[in-house]
Parts: sequence; structure tokens; C-alpha cells
Amino acid sequence: MTGNTIDLGELSRLSRKGRRSILASAALAMLSTSTAALAQDANFDPDASVVIGSLYEPQNLDNTAGAGQGINEAFNGNVYEALFTLTDAGDVTPGLVAEQTISEDGLTYTFKLRPNVTFHSGDPLTAQDVKHSIERVVAPDSKSSRKKSLATISGIETPDDQTVVVKLSARSISLPYNLSYVWIVNDAAKDLNAGEDGTGPYRLDEWRRGSSLALSRNDKYWGTAPTNGEVVFQYFTDATALNNALLTGAVDVITSVQSPDSIAQFKDNPDFTVTAGQSTTKELLAFNDRVEPFNNVKVRKAIARAIDDKKLLQSIWGEYGTLIGSFVPPTDPWYVDLTGVDAYDVESAKALLKEAGFADGFSFKLDTPNYDPHPIVAQFLQSELAKVGIKVEINVITANEWYTKVYKAHDFQATLQEHVNHRDIVFYGNPDFYWGYNNPDVVDLIKESEAAANTDAQTAKLTEANRIIAEDAASNWLYLYPQIVVSSSAVTGYPVNGLNSQFFAYNIKKSGN
Amino acid sequence: MLRPSDKRKPTIFAYILRRFAILILSLLIAAVVLFVLLRLLPGDPANALLSVGADQQQIEAAREQVGSNLPLWEQFLRFVGNLARFDLGTSFVSGKPVVEEIAARLTVTVPLALLGFALAIAIAVPLGILSAVKANRWYGAAISTVSQLGIAIPVFWVGILLVTVFAVNLRLFPSGGYPRRGWQNEGQVLYALALPVLTIGLVMAASLIRYIRSATQDVLGSDYLRTARALGASFSQALIRHGIRNGAVPIVSILGIELATTLLGAVVVERVFALPGLGSMLLLAIEQRDYPNVQGVLFISTLLVLLIGFAADLFQRLIDPRLRERATGAAT
Repeated sequence: MTGNTIDLGELSRLSRKGRRSILASAALAMLSTSTAALAQDANFDPDASVVIGSLYEPQNLDNTAGAGQGINEAFNGNVYEALFTLTDAGDVTPGLVAEQTISEDGLTYTFKLRPNVTFHSGDPLTAQDVKHSIERVVAPDSKSSRKKSLATISGIETPDDQTVVVKLSARSISLPYNLSYVWIVNDAAKDLNAGEDGTGPYRLDEWRRGSSLALSRNDKYWGTAPTNGEVVFQYFTDATALNNALLTGAVDVITSVQSPDSIAQFKDNPDFTVTAGQSTTKELLAFNDRVEPFNNVKVRKAIARAIDDKKLLQSIWGEYGTLIGSFVPPTDPWYVDLTGVDAYDVESAKALLKEAGFADGFSFKLDTPNYDPHPIVAQFLQSELAKVGIKVEINVITANEWYTKVYKAHDFQATLQEHVNHRDIVFYGNPDFYWGYNNPDVVDLIKESEAAANTDAQTAKLTEANRIIAEDAASNWLYLYPQIVVSSSAVTGYPVNGLNSQFFAYNIKKSGN
Repeated sequence: MLRPSDKRKPTIFAYILRRFAILILSLLIAAVVLFVLLRLLPGDPANALLSVGADQQQIEAAREQVGSNLPLWEQFLRFVGNLARFDLGTSFVSGKPVVEEIAARLTVTVPLALLGFALAIAIAVPLGILSAVKANRWYGAAISTVSQLGIAIPVFWVGILLVTVFAVNLRLFPSGGYPRRGWQNEGQVLYALALPVLTIGLVMAASLIRYIRSATQDVLGSDYLRTARALGASFSQALIRHGIRNGAVPIVSILGIELATTLLGAVVVERVFALPGLGSMLLLAIEQRDYPNVQGVLFISTLLVLLIGFAADLFQRLIDPRLRERATGAAT
């Protein structure tokens, strides 16, 4: 097998800390609100206990058993590591892989593992563990949302303890990216629902369901030691209770503020730092593109033009958040500014509706999840669309109902939903997806992008797909959520973008006093 | 009811046995009602395990895992079968035994409810009696007015108010949360429970004061109190010796109901103060359609409520000889 070896040594020689502070400064340079963030590096307490307040408690501790986004936040990079790491800035860097070789046909990936890595239980990391970990994600009973993206894996071989060979049935340019979602677990570990056995800088100390999850520093960690002694994720169901906890010093940092009104009390207070990063969470008005009248491109475009996204975003998030013209956020490589496509223009919306045969408008039912911000967004859409003669009937449903009615049964006309995933434009290449968008060009482009020989070719294909879905108004992309982290000013070094809901805790510094 | 002509020596055990039968029957009815209600709600417990991106195969696998792909009658038989074996099952979502989680949650909710209850009694009994005895003084009237006001205020609002004053502004108590090592550190738990307990205590005291006030007024107008006074007892002696005991009888059953309400109503207080109690477990379980957890919490709550009612009943019999004699048949 002849192949081109990519030396990852250069990157891995840079300490994790070094890499991250470069990223952190780059990210901070974009922000205006975080002046105090780097100020207190000098005197931090290396054994500090950092309390992280969050609204996303995991349901269990296994990301292949339906644990929800909360487990990514608490465990990714902290307790479990993967072959590759998706950094907070959106780059894919080597994790437990020391060297990778890709065959010329792109169908065989050979990974050399980093030596001298041990699990928290003391067992050494071997190729068998990696094989087991990948197979866990693609197993029939796996609930992993990434299962499908690993479907091209046709076999995994382990010629020796330090080498893993992954064979593919088709080229998959995103393999390293997709592997960043695959936790490497000890193949001898028993109860991963309530326990763990990973290789990360922290080990699970205690999980009190409904309240907190405590991680303590792994003193035998192979890489750079964390800059704190332990982190405790404290969970809340009520945003006000969470804000009060930060105000009173019971928590040090809030991973993701979801109540825009509460930001004011922290912003003008020197005791707190407010940081606005880039999220990948998109607020969508998703049509059922299979049914009347939304199978008509003109109707979808008319609706896009009838809604003043800017006003909506401002009324919900004030100065925060980003307007988007399609499903792709600025942090994805295939982003292009498409906000000009079907921009707000009531008159042309009316004209398009007339062309489509709906001069007198029509009415439709909007399935609206019962949690923030959807009900408010629904009311806004109701009043905006009334101006072009479209009557919106708001039907409030729970998240669980949404999944049954909209996601599984496709029994809806239009719905509101927030899509949190990174690089999820691929959903538009699946005609069976809940919104039923079916454009063969897009299906092909997305398929071809995955089989691309290099990232430039991949990016070109996906950029093209991105333009087409925007022109087709496949859905109506209302806005991109801001990712707002608020912390006590004694705490620095946390991730600001929360990409893929991750919250790496190992660089958090808390000033000692 | 046992008739005086019964030859068999009736005991308190017969009474307990009868109460126990009622308890079992109530539990069964509750279980059936719950089963039906949960299935009437749209949604599927498998959904809690899935995310956007799951394919048909994953959806089917999840449904099979939680059993929501089975016909309803089969789900019902399984459910009743497990219940008959006192097996509350394992959570669909966390995969943990339901009993284990309920036990952990009870270490929060029970102390919270009991402490709140004790505080309420400590506030309400002296104030209630005082407002009845001194009804014509300004402070007697003031107590009644304030308690009326207290009844009108919703419990969550009292909680938010206390947080704003004592946590956010004065920094005397934490605004919420629960120490992760729980009762291994009693001091921290009590510190964390201070405001929630105060919330429950104040709200419950407000309604208790009214009951105690009217019970005391009944006692004050009673013949036996007048007789006791006529026999030479001072007013306070007569009140303590005869009044409290007589007045307590109706109050005990009210207390039983109040305690049960607090245990179940802790849901609101637990949310305001981010406490990992039984109420928040129920709320989450319903949201996720985690049937085993919902059923488990309901089962235990029903049991608790029935046991409290039972205990209140027994206690009433202990303090009131008339009831006691009726129950044991000793009067014959």
C-alpha cells in the first residue's frame, strides 16, 4: 500500500495549553465584551474547584445510549477523548492519534495511536479499545446521532496494539471529523450508563442525578495537566435560578445563557464577564416541502421575504445573534453570505404569492415547540405573515410530541425548531428527512462532497449545495443563536463558542484568594 | 364497623388491616389511572433517547428497548406484572433502577417537607392561639389579616421573593442548589435547605393559623372549658389541660393533609431552588415520557400520602379517648 503520510507531530508537539491559548486569543480578538478575560492569568489556584452552571443535564452518561447534548458538554474532551478533537474554533486536530496514513484511493485509513495513554481504570489504551469504541457507535442498538455518518466503515483491523486500520466502502473526507464524535472507551468497561472509563484529563467523581456531576483531575493524564483541581457541573431547570446562582457566587460560569433579558445585569458589572461567541444553533421555520402549498418554491420564497428576520432577532436577543441566509453558520468552511437571497421585502412577497396563485393568501398550521424561544417566534411570524394575507394557526406541542408528529410521522405543514449541530447541511441531502426537501442536484452534491479527494473539493461542492438550498428557500432560516457565556471575573480560560455543545474545562483558571 | 355485640375481641390490628386493604386498592386504582393517562398523552418514551438525525432503524431499536412498540394490552400486562412483584423497573432514559433514584430524591424531599412542616407548626400554633385568644386586640386582628394575605400569595412567588432578599441582596443563604455529597455534610444541606424550608414554612403557616384560630375559638366557647374554670382552674391551666387536647383533634387531620400536600407540592419549591427532589424527578419524567420513573414516583407518593393519612388517624385516636374506644371496641 502506497500512501501519503501526514505528519501530525508538528501540531501534537505544541502543548494543548499552547494551542488553546492561541485559539482563545484569536477568538477573543473578535469580541468586544471580554476585556477582562485574559487579565488574571497570573495568580490562579491550580487546585481550584470550578463550578459550571448549565441547563443541560445529561440523561445518562453514555452518548450511544441517548444521553442528550448535556453529555457532550460535560464529557467530551474532559472525561473521554477521541482519535480527533473538534476544537472550539471549529478545527479538527489529532487527539489520541499520533500519525495517520491515508491510502491513495482514500478507502484505507491507518492510525498510529499515541503511546503511553492509560484509561482511568489503569488499563493501557490499545487498538482493540479503539475498534470496540467505533463499533459501539455503529452497533444496531446505538442511539448515536452520528451513526449514519460512519456508515461507510466496512471493517476495522488491529494489526498491533498501537495501530488501527479503518476500511471504507466509499471515500469519506469527513472521517476524521466524524471520529471526533467517537469516544474512546475501555473495551473492558462495564457500566457506561452510570460510570465511565476514558482517557481524558478528568475522571468522574460523582453524579447526583437532578443536581450535579463532579469531575476531578486525573493526575495520571498523558497530556498537559488541567489548570484546576476539579470541575462541578451544577444543573438547573430554571434559567432564573441559574442566573441567581451566578449572582450569588454559587456557580463560576454559565455555559450557555438562554435568557436574553438576564444579560443586562451582568454586562455592566465588573464582577462578571460576558462573552459572545459563535454558535451553530439555527432557528428554523421548517416547511413540509412535500405538501401544498409549501411544495411551491414561490410560496416558500414569498414567506422568506415577508419576514423581517432582523427585527425578530433584535426583539429576542437585542444586540446579539447573527442573521443567516441559509442553514450554514459562518463557522462552517462552506459558509457564504446568503442573507441577500430573499431579503425582507413585503411587496415582492405579495407579488410572488400572486404568481403562485395565492393572491388572497392562505392559512397553515405551525407546530410550535412549547419552550423558548419558539412560542415568541411563532407570534412574531403570525403578525408578519398576516401582512401578506397568510393566516398562521399556532399549535403548541411538547418536544416529545414534536419528535413523534413532525420528525417521525412527517405529519405537519410547518414547524419551528432549533438545529444545534455543526456541519449539518447534509440533512438537506436526505429526501426522507422530516422537512422533505428533495432536490436531486443537492442530493448529488452532498454525496459527492463526502467522496471528495480533498477539503477544497469538498468545500466547493457544499458551498454550491448551500447556494441552491438558499435559492430554493428549502426552509426559512430565521437567525443564528448567539453563544453567550457569562462568568465571574475570577474565572478565565473557558471555551467561548461551545461548538457541538462541548465545554472543555481543562484550561479554566480561577484566581486564588 | 364493629358492632358492640361482636364476640371476637377486636383489636387495633383489625383496624390496621382494613386501612391496609384500602391502601392497596388505592394504589392499584392510581396505577391504572396513571397508565391510561400517560398513554393518552401524545409522544413516545423512545423519543427521549433519540435526536434529530436518527434513522428509521435507530427509532425502531429505541422503541423496542422501551417496549413502546408493543400493543397496549401487552404493555399493561407487563406493567401490572412488575407492580405485583413490587418491581418498579429501570428508567427508560437513565437506565438506572427507579427505586435507587427515588431513594436518592427522597433524601431531599422528605427533610424539606418535614422541616417546612415543623417550622409551620412552630409559627402557626402560637400565633393561631394568640389570634383567637386576643381576637379583640389589634395584634390578634393583624395576625388574621397577615395569614389571609399569606394564603393568597402563590408559593413560588414567596420563594422568588426570599431569594431576592436573602440570597441575591443580603447574601445570607444560597439561592438554590444542593450539596453534591448530600447528607454526608449536614451543615451544608441545612444551609441549602434554609430558604426552601422557610418558603414552605411561611406558606403553610399562613393557612394553618386560620385552622388553629378557629379550633381555638371553638374550644374557648366550649362548656368543658367553662366547667374547668368553675372548678377553679385558671384560664391558662384550663386551656392547656383541656383545650389543647380537644382542639388538636381536628387540627391533626388538617396537618396530615397539609403534610401530604407539601410532599407532593414540593415540585414548585424544588424548581425555584434547583433541588433534586421527588417533584423535579416527576416533572422531568413526564416531560420525557419516562413511564417507569413516572409510575415509580406516583406509586411512592401515593404510598406516602396514604401512610400519612393512616398515621394522622392513629394519632387522633391516641389523643382522643372517644375515638380510641370506638376503634378498639373497648367501650363494650
